[in-house]
Amino acid sequence: MGLKELMNKGSGTDPKLVYDYDPDSNQPFVTTSLDFLVNWGRANSLWPMPFGTACCAIEFMASAASHFDLARFGMERMSFSPRQSDVLICAGRVPFKLAPVIRRIYQQMPQPKWVISMGACASTGGMFDSYAVVQGIDTIIPVDVYVPGCPPRPEGLIYGIMMLQKKVREERMSNESIRDEMMPDPLSQLYIPASRIDELSEPFGNSVHQTRSAP
Amino acid sequence: MSSDLETQDHGAPTFAIVMPGQPGDNPTTPKNVPHKGGAVNPSVDDLRVKFGAAIGRHEVGWGETTVYVERTKVREICAWLQSDPSQSYEYLSDVTAVEYRDQVRPIEVVWHIRSLKFRRFLRLKVELPKDGKTPLDVPSVWPVWKGADWLERECYDMFGITFAEHPDLRRILLWEQYKEGFPLRKDFPLRGRFSRAEQLKNALAADPEARYSMEEISVLEAFTDLPADMRKRLGGGEKVGE
Amino acid sequence: MATLVGESGKKTRMVEMEIKPRSLESGFAGGMEPEFEGEHMLINIGPQHPATHGVLRLVLELDGETVVRCIPHVGYLHCGFEKIGEYRQYNQIIPWTDREDYLNSMGNNVAFVLGAERLFGIEITERCTVLRVIAMELSRIISHLVWLGTTCIDIGAFTPFLWSFQERENVYKLLEGWTGARLTTSGTRVGGMIADVPDGWVDGLKGFLERFPKTLDQCDRMLTRNAIWVGRTVGLGVMSPEEAMNYGLSGPMLRASGVAYDVRKDFPYLDYETYDFDVPVGTNGDVYDRFLVRQQELRESVRILEQAVKRLPDGPVNVDDPRVILPSKTKATSEMESMIHHFKLVMEGPRPPIGETYVPIESPKGEKGYYFVSDGTAKPVRWRIRPPSYVNLSAIPKMVEGHLLSDVIAINASIDIVMGEIDR
Repeated sequence: MGLKELMNKGSGTDPKLVYDYDPDSNQPFVTTSLDFLVNWGRANSLWPMPFGTACCAIEFMASAASHFDLARFGMERMSFSPRQSDVLICAGRVPFKLAPVIRRIYQQMPQPKWVISMGACASTGGMFDSYAVVQGIDTIIPVDVYVPGCPPRPEGLIYGIMMLQKKVREERMSNESIRDEMMPDPLSQLYIPASRIDELSEPFGNSVHQTRSAP
Repeated sequence: MSSDLETQDHGAPTFAIVMPGQPGDNPTTPKNVPHKGGAVNPSVDDLRVKFGAAIGRHEVGWGETTVYVERTKVREICAWLQSDPSQSYEYLSDVTAVEYRDQVRPIEVVWHIRSLKFRRFLRLKVELPKDGKTPLDVPSVWPVWKGADWLERECYDMFGITFAEHPDLRRILLWEQYKEGFPLRKDFPLRGRFSRAEQLKNALAADPEARYSMEEISVLEAFTDLPADMRKRLGGGEKVGE
Repeated sequence: MATLVGESGKKTRMVEMEIKPRSLESGFAGGMEPEFEGEHMLINIGPQHPATHGVLRLVLELDGETVVRCIPHVGYLHCGFEKIGEYRQYNQIIPWTDREDYLNSMGNNVAFVLGAERLFGIEITERCTVLRVIAMELSRIISHLVWLGTTCIDIGAFTPFLWSFQERENVYKLLEGWTGARLTTSGTRVGGMIADVPDGWVDGLKGFLERFPKTLDQCDRMLTRNAIWVGRTVGLGVMSPEEAMNYGLSGPMLRASGVAYDVRKDFPYLDYETYDFDVPVGTNGDVYDRFLVRQQELRESVRILEQAVKRLPDGPVNVDDPRVILPSKTKATSEMESMIHHFKLVMEGPRPPIGETYVPIESPKGEKGYYFVSDGTAKPVRWRIRPPSYVNLSAIPKMVEGHLLSDVIAINASIDIVMGEIDR
């Protein structure tokens, strides 16, 4: 199938269609081809930076092993240096002591970068609603894909990676805001305002309002 | 396993094998262990003979003997238990603390020690009343068992119990500037004392690299080049944690 | 190799401090070789590093490439397990035991309920005893396989990682068939197990036991007499038996140093004294001996499993005690007493008598035990995890002194740490 047919394939209702290309866009041919090429390259060679902390890291390793090979997605080259990676896969629970570390690792990654929050603990704090665990890494770094599960099966992680690939393919060069690095509020160092975080944790009884204790 | 590799001289020392237990021992899985009234560990009587008044009451629950000892004599008792050939408690299993929900009861510091030679298990306890008069301080058993190092640090981190003459009593599981308190105390709420946003702010402000321990900074020749306030802070001793 | 986390301004400051020459009179200018006597470097490994087996931070003082001092920092995975345990019923704590030593989930589950059942004063059924032995040995196998795979990667051999993870997939299939989850199994309950094994499961296990020793032989052929492997691991991180006991080491670390302490033999549980197996003990106390001990333990686990499968008796899995086990649905919906038991067990949870207990087991890492203190309510007053990796890791400053930087990684790998257990 030629490049032209691929690009003009049509809308994204066909489940087999992976390349979601909008034919009504009035961008010039060169830009759209370049977009396609660049995104194809990026999506198919996402080099992950496995920030694996706990059990999800083991499932991540199992995904990378031979049974659920991640190499077929171009992700076999696990870069443990953030400087050479594209995707930060945060696999596992992030306690408060580790929060500045993951923040710094994220800031060290060069653009374009994406973040997959793997597992319940990375997404929302999971089953660790305690004094020591960050209730979701999206309070510290911006997240692109959340993969639920405790731990997610390798198929689940692969589905999350495919969703990320789809997101990458839908990026357009004309949209300059994508590569803007979201900066945290300098005073609080948080991406989400402090009041909003407190609001989100309110239903579960945040610390000072907590009344549910043993027995 | 290949024998010729073993007979080669690797330069590594060869140790004699230490077998736990006594010859003729035949340990079996305990069945139908009674709640109370099981066999008392013979070390209790030996302790009473040796230390007299420093040994308080003892209890036997679920086949395990617990002995309450006096706070100030813990290190001597442990040293004797470790070195005396008739006791030979060469293995420290755990050092921890228990605070009860009933606020009247004292905090108990618990040592689990094991004699591999005689296949015995003993639990030592020290009671620290919460009356404000007794300091939450017990002697460290690090001189007796090196394994107590991190176990006592964790006990300090979680409960605020200091261990006298511990080589390096710092917080271990939480970062050193942790302000909320001692987590495993019963007056500490599960989700911490501060709001989530506040906890995040504190955590992100605690730069994990900027603060090295005194031990590490002493390596660097440029200690004298550090800013005066940092020198003062580090030189003042960070053993208590902030 | 060490990786410096934080390649920001802070590290630059540290580097400047390091490279400053001690004195300028040492002949720097003029082209002579400068004499740096004892200029030590401070290198930071972790907390994010591929070879630290989790979020461990090691600060090393190096003299050239030789380690003079090592200061480990832990706590980067501290989640407050013990605190959470005080707010949960006994059966509710079981999912937390999975996540703590996540490589040995079934083993932790069994350890927990052994302690809880001692606290409750319950004796489990015959079938449950044998099933738990099967669960523990399977989880010992998968834990040692992870250790094997990751240690090989750390030392440089990539292929055994793929072999061991492929074998893990086979065990995962079995565990998933039984408990519903691959890794975080939550397979036990106070008084029994989550469920009996499904039909055909035992045949699946038998098939695994036939094929698994071939992989072990493959790894053995590749590594045990390999000159590179031997050269990289022999003589490293030696601990003498007295030191090992004094530091509280346990498990393969202790046995490689010559102390034959195995909780299964010395303080038995689950009728382990009736199984015919050996405990491998090393004599050199170095990384190579730890490797040999663990490899042999894999074979011994296969032996135990074969015996367990032969002797698996029929009968109920859960003990028939309405104080701890939920009654069947039929009974709970028809009999008043069962309905009340059901209600109380679900709403409040099983309540043990006042007391405390500590039941240790032999986890793949060492002596693992849960210390429970109960005040008669459904939630424990204190739930303490005795973490073998935590105590084993505290000996690392002693073990790496005088070794090279690359040996630090090998020694760290040989301890077989799990940060989830260390930091809890």
